[in-house]
Amino acid sequence: MSRIVGIDLGTTNSLVAYVDETTRLPRIIADAEGRPLLPSVVAFTPDGIVVGDAARRQLARRPGDTVYSVKRLMGRGFEDVKDEARYLPFRILPGEGLVKLAVGGREVTPPEVSAAILKALKERAERHFGEPVEKAVVTVPAYFNDSQRQATKDAGRIAGLDVVRIVNEPTAASLAYGLHRLSEGVIAVYDLGGGTFDVSILRVKDGVFEVLATNGDTHLGGDDLDRVLALWLLEDIAVRHHVELDRDCVDLARDPEAMQELRLAAEAAKIRLSSEERTTLTIPFAGFTYRRDITRAELERLVEPLVARTLAPARRALADAGMTPADIDQVVLVGGSTRVPLVRRRVQELFGKTPHSQLNPDEVVALGAAVQAHILAGGITDMLLLDVTPLSLGIESLGGIVNVLIPRNTTIPTSAREMFTTSVDGQTVVDLHVVQGERELAKDCRSLGRFELRIDPMPAGMPKIEVTFLIDANGILQVQAKEQRSGKAASIEVKPTYGLDEADVARMIEESFTYAEADVETRMLIEARNEADTVLVHAGRALMQGGHLVTADERAAIETAVTALRAARDGGDRERIHEATTAVNRATEHLAEVLMDAALKGALGSRRASEILGER
Amino acid sequence: MNGPGRRARGVFRRCALRKNFFEVFGLPRKLGVDPAELQRRFYALAREHHPDFHQSAPPEERARVEEASALVNAAYRMLRDPIARVDYLVRLEEGRETREGVPDKPKAPPALLQEMFEIQEALAEAKTGDLDEATRATLARQRASLATRLADEEARLTGPLSARWDDAAPTERPAALAAFKDALATRAYLRTVIDDLAQALGEDEGVAHRRH
Repeated sequence: MSRIVGIDLGTTNSLVAYVDETTRLPRIIADAEGRPLLPSVVAFTPDGIVVGDAARRQLARRPGDTVYSVKRLMGRGFEDVKDEARYLPFRILPGEGLVKLAVGGREVTPPEVSAAILKALKERAERHFGEPVEKAVVTVPAYFNDSQRQATKDAGRIAGLDVVRIVNEPTAASLAYGLHRLSEGVIAVYDLGGGTFDVSILRVKDGVFEVLATNGDTHLGGDDLDRVLALWLLEDIAVRHHVELDRDCVDLARDPEAMQELRLAAEAAKIRLSSEERTTLTIPFAGFTYRRDITRAELERLVEPLVARTLAPARRALADAGMTPADIDQVVLVGGSTRVPLVRRRVQELFGKTPHSQLNPDEVVALGAAVQAHILAGGITDMLLLDVTPLSLGIESLGGIVNVLIPRNTTIPTSAREMFTTSVDGQTVVDLHVVQGERELAKDCRSLGRFELRIDPMPAGMPKIEVTFLIDANGILQVQAKEQRSGKAASIEVKPTYGLDEADVARMIEESFTYAEADVETRMLIEARNEADTVLVHAGRALMQGGHLVTADERAAIETAVTALRAARDGGDRERIHEATTAVNRATEHLAEVLMDAALKGALGSRRASEILGER
Repeated sequence: MNGPGRRARGVFRRCALRKNFFEVFGLPRKLGVDPAELQRRFYALAREHHPDFHQSAPPEERARVEEASALVNAAYRMLRDPIARVDYLVRLEEGRETREGVPDKPKAPPALLQEMFEIQEALAEAKTGDLDEATRATLARQRASLATRLADEEARLTGPLSARWDDAAPTERPAALAAFKDALATRAYLRTVIDDLAQALGEDEGVAHRRH
């Protein structure tokens, strides 16, 4: 069996890992600079696609063409995401079926964006091993439905990866913990990531990891915490800086660049408040600099309703597993958002025990994916994962009622057989509408797709079509049909409601070569231009806010440097851009210090900034 | 596309599986099952058939393994729960062991007819308008009493009735089976009414979360 890597395709960050043959332990593969995390950000530039840190750095500069948190859009339709789309700086196109984004002057689907991330991880792994990597285990939220799983598999194919297994993130985490013999008995995994929430209850015994129940919310995570904080800051800015905003006729909410600055600052403040009780936000806007202190208590008051939303799924998972909190031996925390102290408190209250997170919550899912990859490659034979399907699967029957074929939390693989016949003479097509969800009516459930069974014409009621619905170990539905009288396999045409068909995927594989990731040289040039753009914006703002505080000579020197950089930026010489950027930085150093002094004067008296900073 | 004439009609059918769920685990057709032993056998079979361990097998072999694995999973799901086990046994004995989730026809227990009448009345009242405190208290009290009754019925099913089946001579089996069917119908009825009461009291978490 060839090599299989484990990939955590996250909302905010993605990772790739493998099991080291000598230590038999999973390891994360870092990039050339030693960074284990690849930010799940993809920028569509005129020079090509840029993925990761470089793309993340240009979020505020090119908000319309830089896609983040694309995982939240996977396998979804426009109707599902239109509320959220208001807050996303890139354009989501209205339409039927799978959502489409308009970025970089073309239309792309979420699986294509995810494919760019997978491709970057694939290349990272290939550099590490010095050989091609073609197979991967990719993790998804346990509560992902069939469309979302299928979209993830499609992303793999577009990236040139055979996704040999889709694994649920909380289960993967439990594998990583299990390998270290850190958990036995009944464990609850609470996984709050960047965009999704899962809770799984497992029994771990004799190397068998048996998932008893899972629940969650595929639209709840750190992104939502950032958003409530950002919106709250937006209101605060409107109150404190209405004079400047009115003067400049600025509506920050309609300024994608400003909103990205705000979102990133909110995220950074949230992260700091996990270890500090109080922090200061400083956000330089065009006409003013916003600065305020925020305490952990203030943040907690804002995010409390979001954290509370995780409790009902957790209780439902417990109930479905037939357990009470007292039956849980250990609680494991996964996902970056479980670093938030309020989340830990609420989890502790719910389960009545201290949750633990010995393994890095950002890395544990990728490590588990590597373990599962190793199991599939035959390298581990004493561990077995028994997962479940998170949502009930059914077909729409008369009156729009759902006829459940496979209940939620059924161990996978699982199958159900049903017989169908025709109601009209000569009918050659039987149409099945397959849905997923817990509601009574098909219209309230998730439509997975329509299956058209084609058979030879016969009198009504004569055909006996046996349809087998199989949910495989990936949690993905496979449908087979056989006409019993003729013994012929009925042909099935699948029309996924929120998915790509074969032709789409084939076309996207083609296009992925046309719109390849920019090569190393181009990438560095793009990075240099981004850096230049950032410095130009800051220099422009500094001049506007504090130009009058320095001498005319100094102003002229800055302006010369800025003009030189503008010229260099549009050229193709990376070194020249770097030099010109450094020159602007040097020219504005003093101005920046003067501005900092001015800003601090109000609150701290007239000491120089350097004195204050020196005291710390 | 989906006019009434075209809509597929699901027809109930006997599963073409060769082994019944008891046979899957090599167990006799008895209800007294040791959960630890069942779990041990399940894990052993799961290891044997799980697709994870047949990743490099040819496609036909993988499809066969997948099917075997699905059968083992279905069998364990059914037999690990003492009540589902009874339900399955009844259907197996009657030759209709198709799939789970087919409810027994709910039937009101005769001993409770008077009480049920009152409950239905209170429920009808609750549906027409606001729930006053007195009605609310009545409904909550009734629900508690029915829950006790349900627990008793389930204990009877998994306890004495199950034991009776396991000890029954072949001639006594029809009677034992009939007793199961009665108890299952009563249980189904009680569960429906308890659900209705919970819904009337607004306690079912907003969305009706289907029960299995």
